Amino acid sequence: MTLKEAEGIAERPAEVARTRASQRKLVWWAFKKHRLALVSAWLLAGMLVVIALCEFVAPFDDRHRDSAYTTAPPQVLKLWSDSGFGLHVDGYTSEQDPRSLRITYEANPEDRIDVGFFVKGEEYELFGFIPMDRHLLGPQDPGDPMYLWGTTTDGQDLLSQVVYATRVSASVGIIGVLLAFLLGIVLGAVSGYFGGWIDNAVQRVIELIMSVPSIPLWLGLAAALPAQMGPVGRYFIITTILALVAWTGLAREVRGRFLALRSEEFVTSAMLDGSSHTRIMFRHMLPSFSSHIIAALSLSIPGMILAETALSWLGMGLRPPAVSWGVQLQDASKWSVLSGAPWLLIPGLCVVLVVLAFNFVGDGLRDAADPYKH
Amino acid sequence: MSDKQPLLEIEDLHVRFPLRRNLLGRPTVEVHAVSGVDLTLYKGETLGLVGESGCGKTTLGRTIVGAQKATSGSLRYDGRDLTALSRREQGASRRRIRMVFQDPFSSLNPRMNLRQIIGDPLVATGEARGAELEDRIAEMMRRVGLSPDYMDRYPHSFSGGQRQRVNIARALIVGPELVVADEPVSALDVSVRAQILNLLRELQAEFGLTYLFISHDLSVVENLADRVAVMYFGRVVELAETGALYEHPRHPYTEALMSAVPIPDPSLKGRQGRILLPDELPDPSDPPPGCAFARRCAYAEDRCRTGEIPLADGARCVRSGELDLEGIVEAESSRP
Ligand SMILES: Nc1ncnc2c1ncn2[C@@H]1O[C@H](COP(=O)(O)OP(=O)(O)OP(=O)(O)O)[C@@H](O)[C@H]1O
Ligand code: SF4
Ligand SMILES: [Mg+2]
Repeated sequence: MTLKEAEGIAERPAEVARTRASQRKLVWWAFKKHRLALVSAWLLAGMLVVIALCEFVAPFDDRHRDSAYTTAPPQVLKLWSDSGFGLHVDGYTSEQDPRSLRITYEANPEDRIDVGFFVKGEEYELFGFIPMDRHLLGPQDPGDPMYLWGTTTDGQDLLSQVVYATRVSASVGIIGVLLAFLLGIVLGAVSGYFGGWIDNAVQRVIELIMSVPSIPLWLGLAAALPAQMGPVGRYFIITTILALVAWTGLAREVRGRFLALRSEEFVTSAMLDGSSHTRIMFRHMLPSFSSHIIAALSLSIPGMILAETALSWLGMGLRPPAVSWGVQLQDASKWSVLSGAPWLLIPGLCVVLVVLAFNFVGDGLRDAADPYKH
Repeated sequence: MSDKQPLLEIEDLHVRFPLRRNLLGRPTVEVHAVSGVDLTLYKGETLGLVGESGCGKTTLGRTIVGAQKATSGSLRYDGRDLTALSRREQGASRRRIRMVFQDPFSSLNPRMNLRQIIGDPLVATGEARGAELEDRIAEMMRRVGLSPDYMDRYPHSFSGGQRQRVNIARALIVGPELVVADEPVSALDVSVRAQILNLLRELQAEFGLTYLFISHDLSVVENLADRVAVMYFGRVVELAETGALYEHPRHPYTEALMSAVPIPDPSLKGRQGRILLPDELPDPSDPPPGCAFARRCAYAEDRCRTGEIPLADGARCVRSGELDLEGIVEAESSRP
């Protein structure tokens, strides 16, 4: 037996790879085994692409309004009609009920609207600085009605609106959670690491925030916003409000971990090595549970998205002309409207889908976070 | 003997841990982990520190390296009082006094590879970077018997013995003079213990290190230490040259320790090896007057239970002059 064998040092290539694998790689290997989480991760990645290329993906821009087609039903993409082969949708015929004055639309196979990829449409600036007028999918003639997911009560293209709303709602969730985590991690770390009066002070603040039920707290804070505030300002304030309420749980968890780690000998060693407090906290201690933090991050985004949706739906969050899933769902909140136009619930489906996806990814990460346990 | 230069002088050192505090934050109940230790370490020597579990060995070691604050007393290193230094000055003294921890598992950060762990003291203080850092890490790894090829590996792939080599490398990379080794081999397999002990001995010769070697294994200490301090209940109760101590202990507690060699692992506490010592340790939050060992001592008399007993002539015992205690006789032949 060689010394290496006696001391149990890995020498075979596969084992060597494992010994050199950082925590991050080990977590990734474990995560990949979680099917649902992996699919969800792809879905979220797709969502991020849509968010980034929002203006290009949406057939119309978010201000586009066609008063000739209000609450028009979704169209079906077709490849073949009497006049030949080609991607197209059917136009609409409308009919007004003489008594209720309500207009109803029907698909009209006679009226073929040709549809194409990378068509010319409304002008926009990609990423805010690249001027473009091409859209991923749209009517060959920009004036034609192509409403794949139908239109809203205002005559806006629901698909385009959902694409824009995804950007707003998902980013409120993601930015809000990042803000909350920044607060939670820093305050939790300081609280658990230093202990003493700092810990006491932070804990009292957390208890105070936690003792107030969050919905009234959001409502109260949101109601205090000046009514004439612009959509961008409102967006940031709402995000901040959500973050200010959400950081407490994480801060508690981080504090607990720091408290437990503080007595570990590797932390004492780090101190004896001459590391500053900040270095000990964020270089030596925090990485011990960074995968848990990412998992928690992913699990908190749904709450944030739901909170924004609820607030906006109640009219206390974002307001038109800003579009978010919550704002869109306001349209669907009247039964009289919804019964005739069930497609207005599509934003709700998006909420459910994205919330589930974040939850699955979070679960997968949480299970993968402890690769040494397996 | 006369050329012995004191490196570290510990004087009347006390360390207390508050167990409970009153509303004003003042401690009401305290554990007296170290209660009045006087000890001098000389340059280049190995001082063994023995005693049963909970007697304050680790606390004393941690206080010396600066991981624990002293409640009172002084630690004079090279003529300067460490307890009176500012945080920055302490940083400098920490490079001269380093610690090797007992637990090779919890003392290495599982999220860092060997390069990051061993190089940490150099990186944390900005002492070396880039190629120089790399070279010094590789050099240190070679000296402790680790191949520099392992630099990118994480601790989870190493055995206890290898991990302890990493610990030693991390301690020595800053070029210290004094190393506090807190039971560096007690968590290791018997088969690897000798290797690590030999390594420590080689490194001592190579770098001219002074060791404070903490252990509860008397046979390990006998092989390594020049002098031995026996600790009981937060105090040094006997201090002597290793040979003299093992042949003729002068304190009844030392005799009891020797008759129970090897001292049982603390984790087995209460199951074996305690036959000789009736009764438990006194309550550390409420120490009795007189000799702390009196309740368990076979030679105790009334006079033992009154007044302070000084460390006289190497033993803290009123009867040390008159008693003829037994050491380890058979160990004599097994010494190299
Ligand atoms: N951080 C602490 N807080 C409270 N009490 C402590 C702390 N550290 C040590 N003690 C107490 O101080 C006493 C001495 O502990 P120490 O760890 O120094 O003993 P030891 O001789 O090293 O024991 P062992 O052989 O088990 O390592 C024990 O009673 C212990 O419970
Ligand atoms: S002083 Fe008395 S009780 Fe204490 S060790 Fe000596 S003989 Fe025993
Ligand atoms: Mg100890």
